[in-house]
Amino acid sequence: MAAATAPTAAGPRIRTARAGRAPHERRERRNRRLLGLAAWICGIVFFLPFAWMVLTSFHSEQDAATNPPSLAAPLTLHGYREFFGSGTGVSPWPPLENSLTASVAATLLVLVLAIPAAYALSIRPVRKWTDVMFFFLSTKMLPAVAGLLPVYLIAKNAGMLDNIWTLVILYTSMNLPIAVWMMRSFLADVPVAIIEAASIDGAGLPTILTRIVAPVVAPGIAATALISFIFSWNELLFARVLTGVVADTAPVFLTSFVTSQGLFLAKVCAAAVCISLPVLAAGFAAQDKLVQGLSLGAVK
Amino acid sequence: MSTPQVTGRLHAPPGRLRPAPAAAPRRPRGAWARRAPLLPALIFMVVVTQLPFVGTLVISFMRWNALDPGDKGFTGFDNYREEFTDPQLRSALSTTVVLTVTVVLVSLALGLGLALLMDRKFLGRGVVRTLLITPFLVVPVASALLWKHALYNASYGLINGVLTWVWRLFGSHSAPQPDWLSQVPKLAVEASLIWQWTPFMMLILLAGLQSRPSDVVEAARVDGATNWQIFRYLTFPHLRRYLELAALLGTVYVVQNFDAVFTITSGGLGTANLPYAVYTTFYQAHDYGQASAEGVIVVVLSIIVATFALRTVSSLFREETL
Repeated sequence: MAAATAPTAAGPRIRTARAGRAPHERRERRNRRLLGLAAWICGIVFFLPFAWMVLTSFHSEQDAATNPPSLAAPLTLHGYREFFGSGTGVSPWPPLENSLTASVAATLLVLVLAIPAAYALSIRPVRKWTDVMFFFLSTKMLPAVAGLLPVYLIAKNAGMLDNIWTLVILYTSMNLPIAVWMMRSFLADVPVAIIEAASIDGAGLPTILTRIVAPVVAPGIAATALISFIFSWNELLFARVLTGVVADTAPVFLTSFVTSQGLFLAKVCAAAVCISLPVLAAGFAAQDKLVQGLSLGAVK
Repeated sequence: MSTPQVTGRLHAPPGRLRPAPAAAPRRPRGAWARRAPLLPALIFMVVVTQLPFVGTLVISFMRWNALDPGDKGFTGFDNYREEFTDPQLRSALSTTVVLTVTVVLVSLALGLGLALLMDRKFLGRGVVRTLLITPFLVVPVASALLWKHALYNASYGLINGVLTWVWRLFGSHSAPQPDWLSQVPKLAVEASLIWQWTPFMMLILLAGLQSRPSDVVEAARVDGATNWQIFRYLTFPHLRRYLELAALLGTVYVVQNFDAVFTITSGGLGTANLPYAVYTTFYQAHDYGQASAEGVIVVVLSIIVATFALRTVSSLFREETL
């Protein structure tokens, strides 16, 4: 296409060729432009509810609750100030810290457990390694809610209710199967021949891991960590049942902004934006990794 | 791709990391050396996910209400009998199926359409992709609150606000102002979930489209195949596995959905699905035995779905490794 529009040395021949295809090509180009436009419209439609949430979060409570909507109402940070506790004196930092602790600790634990496991399923595989893979996957298929009650009873008897480390253990178990699958698919890309050559040349296991394996799988580790972080951050059911005052997480805290009296729309939107921000940032930064993670590494 | 090497290496002398002579007598220990890195993860999963389920199974045969702790004992299948005769719980069962099927099919169809649109170059494609995946990155509770209060609210929600606007545009002051949550509660929950899950489907299908060998399509086009023929006979068969994968993974997540039902309708007006029913039986009614029976039913249903899901994943998996 670039050659056809730019004047080139081989001009005459190209031009005649183009002249022959001109109507077809023009229609093709118009179609392409229309489809591009359609894609833009779809993108905007899907983005609209989110944009509305962000806009509302910057409105005053009165302007947020009008019908028809006041698009051009003056912007204010009132909702955000409310989120940070100006009206109620309730600070959002403890739940945010709890969420951060639970998500980061669970993610680290997931990596510590998943990477060696994936190694034993790909580079130096155990016998029947596919069975092990499918055991991991099958645990993900069982709904977590089925274990809710025993987990609650165990936590209660062990004095671990309202304790963030209980959530760390549970979030690790929720994300570990995904992580094992992802890490295996990345470790499977490590060139075995190079490992063998290096070990013939006398390289030890630490050298092999740091010099050959790590560079290949580093992006995979990042993808795994990202997915694990997002799912841990988002979790509501277990956080709600197992935490109370001390250890409540950001999603649980968010539900407390809905009150039965008075206007709350702007501050709920502000809180929703703030709490979604870490996930949005992580997700936007690593869009490609997201696909690999969501498909358990089956799609590369 | 790597399986022949893998099995080959299993029988090769295990002398790659150490000198060969020393390795030969270590063979029985070698098997455990292989297993060792796997064990922590395996043991962790068995302890944290399998043992609680055994607990659920045992409690499901018990009469146990935390509000009446004195009356505790085994009742056999009573909880299950009650489960299948209680109309409310049967409705939870059908709601789960309807909700899951609707959300997965609609978001799959929309996701396919979007993926086809995104599979060609146009100005600002990266921006549009970012716009499209945003719904999936909003924390689910936040998204549920957004739909409930900012969009569906009968007096100041955006949807009714827009209706007012449009009607005013035509000089009318009596725009319809339906109360979405009480008139179409199931649809309201479904729409919010479809908004969240369409990007997920789109991402997987787009990756599938982009892994399609372009030379075959090119060849078909040279031979005069129409766009529809290319889609029907080349793209779609290639995409089938990705469609299955997306549908089944989506199903696994949507069956378990709790956040939207809990937030948007609090399970009212026939929107309570099984996870929500387990939650209320356990957390509000404190009927541990009944809640466990529900949990077991959820698991049995999931196993049915999971069997298909695992088969699909394993066929993808085999394709990749052979």
